[in-house]
Amino acid sequence: MTTTLEKTIDAKQQSWLSEKLGSQTFWVFMAVVAACVFLSFATDSFATPKNLYNITRNVTFVAMIALGMTMVIITGGIDLSVGSVLCLCSMVLAVVMHAGYNIEVGIAASIATALVIGAFNGILIAYLDFPPFVVTLGMLSIARSLAMVTSGNTVVFEFGPDHQQLLALGGGAWLFGIANPVIYMLVLALITGFVLRWTRFGRYLFAIGGNEHAATLTGVPVKLIKVAVYMVSALSAGIAGIVQTGWLGAVTTNIGSGMELQVIAAAVIGGANLAGGVGTAMGAIIGAALIEVIRNSLGLLGINAFWQGVFIGGAILLAVLFDRIRNLRQRD
Amino acid sequence: MDRSAHAVGVEAAVSILELKNISKNFGAIQAVNDISFSLQPGEVTGLMGDNGAGKSTLVKMIAGNYRPSSGSMMMENVPLEMHKPIDARQHGIEIVHQDLALCNNLTAAANVFLGRELRVGRGPFQVLDYKSMYQKAGQIFAELKSETRPRDLVKQMSGGQRQAVAIARTRLTNPKIVLMDEPTAAISVRQVAEVLNLIRRLRDQGIAVVLISHRMPDVFTVADRIIVLRRGTKVADKKTSESSPEEVTGLITGAIERA
Ligand SMILES: Nc1ncnc2c1ncn2[C@@H]1O[C@H](COP(=O)(O)OP(=O)(O)OP(=O)(O)O)[C@@H](O)[C@H]1O
Ligand SMILES: [Mg+2]
Repeated sequence: MTTTLEKTIDAKQQSWLSEKLGSQTFWVFMAVVAACVFLSFATDSFATPKNLYNITRNVTFVAMIALGMTMVIITGGIDLSVGSVLCLCSMVLAVVMHAGYNIEVGIAASIATALVIGAFNGILIAYLDFPPFVVTLGMLSIARSLAMVTSGNTVVFEFGPDHQQLLALGGGAWLFGIANPVIYMLVLALITGFVLRWTRFGRYLFAIGGNEHAATLTGVPVKLIKVAVYMVSALSAGIAGIVQTGWLGAVTTNIGSGMELQVIAAAVIGGANLAGGVGTAMGAIIGAALIEVIRNSLGLLGINAFWQGVFIGGAILLAVLFDRIRNLRQRD
Repeated sequence: MDRSAHAVGVEAAVSILELKNISKNFGAIQAVNDISFSLQPGEVTGLMGDNGAGKSTLVKMIAGNYRPSSGSMMMENVPLEMHKPIDARQHGIEIVHQDLALCNNLTAAANVFLGRELRVGRGPFQVLDYKSMYQKAGQIFAELKSETRPRDLVKQMSGGQRQAVAIARTRLTNPKIVLMDEPTAAISVRQVAEVLNLIRRLRDQGIAVVLISHRMPDVFTVADRIIVLRRGTKVADKKTSESSPEEVTGLITGAIERA
């Protein structure tokens, strides 16, 4: 009895350790830590409060959307429209507030926009069987165009009576000097992590990504869940848009362009598998952090910014290579 | 005990499920064509037929996966209207799918409970009850004499263990009808015996079992009755004791037209 108990505990601890050591997230996290340690010694400007504040804040916009993207990727889908949705939602917020409405109305309009777009994507994908890639590629174009239409392609930087509140929302640091966006990101990450592990919705995301046919046969409401997950993804882009608007203090029609690639990169570096069925909230955050640390460090080390793409692309390939090696080893 | 209750009834055999003129077509393909039969409690019905004869399509209609193109079903003399698999389960109908319908990226327990996860908490604050699901799944695996461990990922499992996971789903409730679509296709002789024993136990509990199999000996050992389909049509429905493997083979291939 006691021996078997000890054995099981032993086995559990071993599997816990080997699980950690085997997880991509863990190694990416170690890479982030190693890079930070190296940069603290190699440069004078990395470990300054100002730079750390900037890094953590810059991580958040990609990270918040990467949380939603991770959920989509877990179902085996993809959402290419997030950058444009971020832009459109920022623009709706800006235009509504500029027209004299208060901040609550602006945020509500912005979030409603996100949900409508997400539902539109989701319905085409789930009920009409359009490929996610195509639907969201179309939406990438549509949403940005709508943002231009909404604003008449101008820059909005006056947000009506609640102007200061909006700037404080995104640019402030209400808690222990931590930038507000960081707080929002952490809260969203906790919610996402909770949903993925502890709710039926989360379980169904994994089931759909693992074997959609099986999920359908066993009575998982696959179509509804798919619509919901694209709504969540658009919502995450909308929230990031609102926060970013407050931080930047201005909205142009080209914000968020190309952002979908960074977001997908963050999710994939963090361990989400584009084939579906795998992904974590923690991974999304750490993936986004690695990308930001790479960007930041290149600047500090005086390396030409043109090299940024090479390093980020290399990180994606390394992360996936790691995953391949692990799979090969398991197969032996 | 169930049987004595039936003896009091007027009819000799009270059927639990009755199919009337059920047809199903996928576009131009007529998968199931005007089939009628009934299932009795405590009876094992073997459903046989060549590849593509329509066996899986037929049981999927009973399990709420497909809706019949025409025809009707009566469960205990009440018309059965089903729109999704959950409706069938609520009526006490369980199925083991031919392809097992498993998610490789989930644990055995998660697969067993897929679509009906246990939760704790109230109202909107319900969370997955991992502990109970592991426990219950473990119990069922023990009952099935399977080595499957609830926490293992299905990805890493052997064919027999995977099959045990799919079969375990039918043991979550006390069903009235259990449909098994080739439950012995991928497993060892010992495990086949285990599945056949399970089918007998289900029968003894008064459950109506439908067994789809290409393995003649299995069907002849456990089935009380055999239904043969050929190209979507029912060509035989008779007591096992009044038939023979030779006859069934002839019916399947078409060498014998009807029986
Ligand atoms: N979802 C579907 N869409 C289109 N055709 C289908 C579908 N499911 C089954 N069919 C067709 O219906 C017919 C009957 O198929 P079914 O799977 O019921 O056969 P089966 O008797 O179970 O065969 P097997 O022994 O190979 O499992 C086949 O011609 C098949 O191609
Ligand atoms: Mg079949």
